Amino acid sequence: MGLDRRVFFKLLGATGITLAIGKESLAKQANKNEVEFYGVLYDSSRCVGCRTCEYECAKAHGLPEPLSEVAAVRKTDETCNTVVNTYQTSKGEVYIKRQCMHCNQPACAAACLTQAMNKNETGPVTWNGDKCMGCRYCMVSCPFDMPKFEFHSANPKIQKCDMCFDRQKAGEKPTCVTNCPNEALMYGTRRDLIKEARRRIYEKPDLYVDQIYGERDAGGTGWLYIASVPFEELGINTNLQQSSYPALTKGFLYSVPSVFVLFPTILLGIHQATKNNQHKKEEEDEY
Amino acid sequence: MNTNYPIAIDHDGKSIWKFLISEMKPKGKFLTPFNIISIPIMLLGLGLIVYRFIYGIGSITNLTQDTPWGLWIGFDVVTGVAFAGGAYVLTFMVYILNMQKYHSIVRVTVLNGFLAYVFYAGALLLDLGRPWHVINPIIGNGFGVSSVLFLVAWHFLLYMIAQLIEFSPAIAEWLGARRAHKILSGMTIAAVIFGITLSTLHQSGLGALYLMAKDKIHPLWYSEFIPIMFFVSSIFAGLSMVIFEGSISHRVFFSQISEKNHKSQNSIIHGLAKICAGTMFAYFFLKMLVFIHEQHWDLLNTPMGYWFMLEMLGFVLLPMILFFYSYRTNSIPMVKVAAILTMLGVILNRLNVTVIGFRWDMAIRYIPSWMEFVVTMAVIFTEIWIFRWVINRMPVLRDSPSWATEKE
Repeated sequence: MGLDRRVFFKLLGATGITLAIGKESLAKQANKNEVEFYGVLYDSSRCVGCRTCEYECAKAHGLPEPLSEVAAVRKTDETCNTVVNTYQTSKGEVYIKRQCMHCNQPACAAACLTQAMNKNETGPVTWNGDKCMGCRYCMVSCPFDMPKFEFHSANPKIQKCDMCFDRQKAGEKPTCVTNCPNEALMYGTRRDLIKEARRRIYEKPDLYVDQIYGERDAGGTGWLYIASVPFEELGINTNLQQSSYPALTKGFLYSVPSVFVLFPTILLGIHQATKNNQHKKEEEDEY
Repeated sequence: MNTNYPIAIDHDGKSIWKFLISEMKPKGKFLTPFNIISIPIMLLGLGLIVYRFIYGIGSITNLTQDTPWGLWIGFDVVTGVAFAGGAYVLTFMVYILNMQKYHSIVRVTVLNGFLAYVFYAGALLLDLGRPWHVINPIIGNGFGVSSVLFLVAWHFLLYMIAQLIEFSPAIAEWLGARRAHKILSGMTIAAVIFGITLSTLHQSGLGALYLMAKDKIHPLWYSEFIPIMFFVSSIFAGLSMVIFEGSISHRVFFSQISEKNHKSQNSIIHGLAKICAGTMFAYFFLKMLVFIHEQHWDLLNTPMGYWFMLEMLGFVLLPMILFFYSYRTNSIPMVKVAAILTMLGVILNRLNVTVIGFRWDMAIRYIPSWMEFVVTMAVIFTEIWIFRWVINRMPVLRDSPSWATEKE
């Protein structure tokens, strides 16, 4: 009986290792395709605050049309995936568009226990209603607070920008990029966008702040921002960590297989040791 | 050895089904003060739950887009599971370390733990927006292996099974199923080992859930060591619950407990007090190490800092000293006071991480609605009802029937 148990736990350990390695080899295969993450570069200095992107986004996603008169600073919610906020800054009125940042290593996708939140290999982070159980752990984890939940629905969905994933699959740009009248938005591979952002900052050092928000913040994001004023003045949290958010739980998750192998072994050992002791003192069976 | 056991012995000539139906009926007086208070709350809670499933979670809770998890997660699940930690600690002591002294309270603790998990996991279903998909991570409609919640979900399920196996000999004794009793008793040690491993991981896992909410939790409560803190505190949280629940059970179910177990009760309580004191010292020490390491001295002189010191000094250090002192002076009432203070401290700590310190800087704070409290109370009362039903029927507090204890 004791031997059987040991074999069982060995199998358990082996299964854990196989699962871990199996996962890794899958990831390697994905790399072979050499698909690059696509993203969007938002140039705040070109944005005129017309909110066309808000209207077009609502239309494309079947959400209610935004109001024409709105507060200067708003948050996205379950009825709108993007907002353009207005800030009074040292350089006058400056606009800033907010939406899901489509992180390279999204906290929401790492948090999701059903993989309903998924980072697609072309960049967009999308939500799958056939998998989601509505636990809202993605909302707890997201450093940008972008997943929004329909609290007043019996069949609630998670709403957030999906970078127009369907349009991307059809070879089109996101609807906000296509419809921006002043070319404040630019769509492309993340690599090209960073080059373009650097070029703009280099060519007009007086206009831009020398920072590409999203290049390293939260481990790098699909949406990249450049602006004429420091990002703190635009209500953007610049204190986010530079490494990815899923890395925070890595240590804990890596300890799980070790605990699963070591604990049963040690516990069984102690049990055997104390049981023998008991037998010497008085003949008592284990239950 | 006689292998021809009947599946179930005759219950006064009744068939097993008739026996089960007769056991469903309530025993004892119906209009007790507890029933008069609990029944209206349970009915109101049930009504609210129905309302919630028609009009959405937002219809009865004050949850917002910024605080997606509130009282139901922070108290029902995170705190409730910490209090259920007594089961793994006691099974470790009795089955692994062979401390026979504590054997008489193992069953009731495991039952308590099992019911806590069933009801708090059940409360989790109320909080899920799309609960019909709750099976997805189990059946593989997305194995989110990178998620801490995936680990916690699986562990809840597996640990419930492990606890059911640990408790199942009592059910077999109730039904008089001798053969099943023998098989199930043989599975106890495996279930215990598995259960302790699972508990270690998901008690800490509940803390690890909040690791990614780094920018949202007050820095006095957030640290990379939350998982270890949650694990260590679950030891004395669970044992304080055992002391608290034991002192109530001993009064309410007085007639069921044998003379011998009554006498050993005080010695058990002192033993548990000693363990509580030791683990609380370790916990306090760890907390101090983290605090000094993170260098948050400046935060102490803020409202949240006072709140932090109240938790650490009033509800960790003070009960720890009381536990030590009660052991030196042999005082049972002092242990009980210390246990209650410890439990309040654990509630405070878990809520500080999950609700009070979560988004502490928001202009509009989340305050649970009265309906969230009612549903929470209803869940707890239902659990106590089931607990009482089981205690009154199965040999949990009272001794096992003679056939179950005799040697093979």
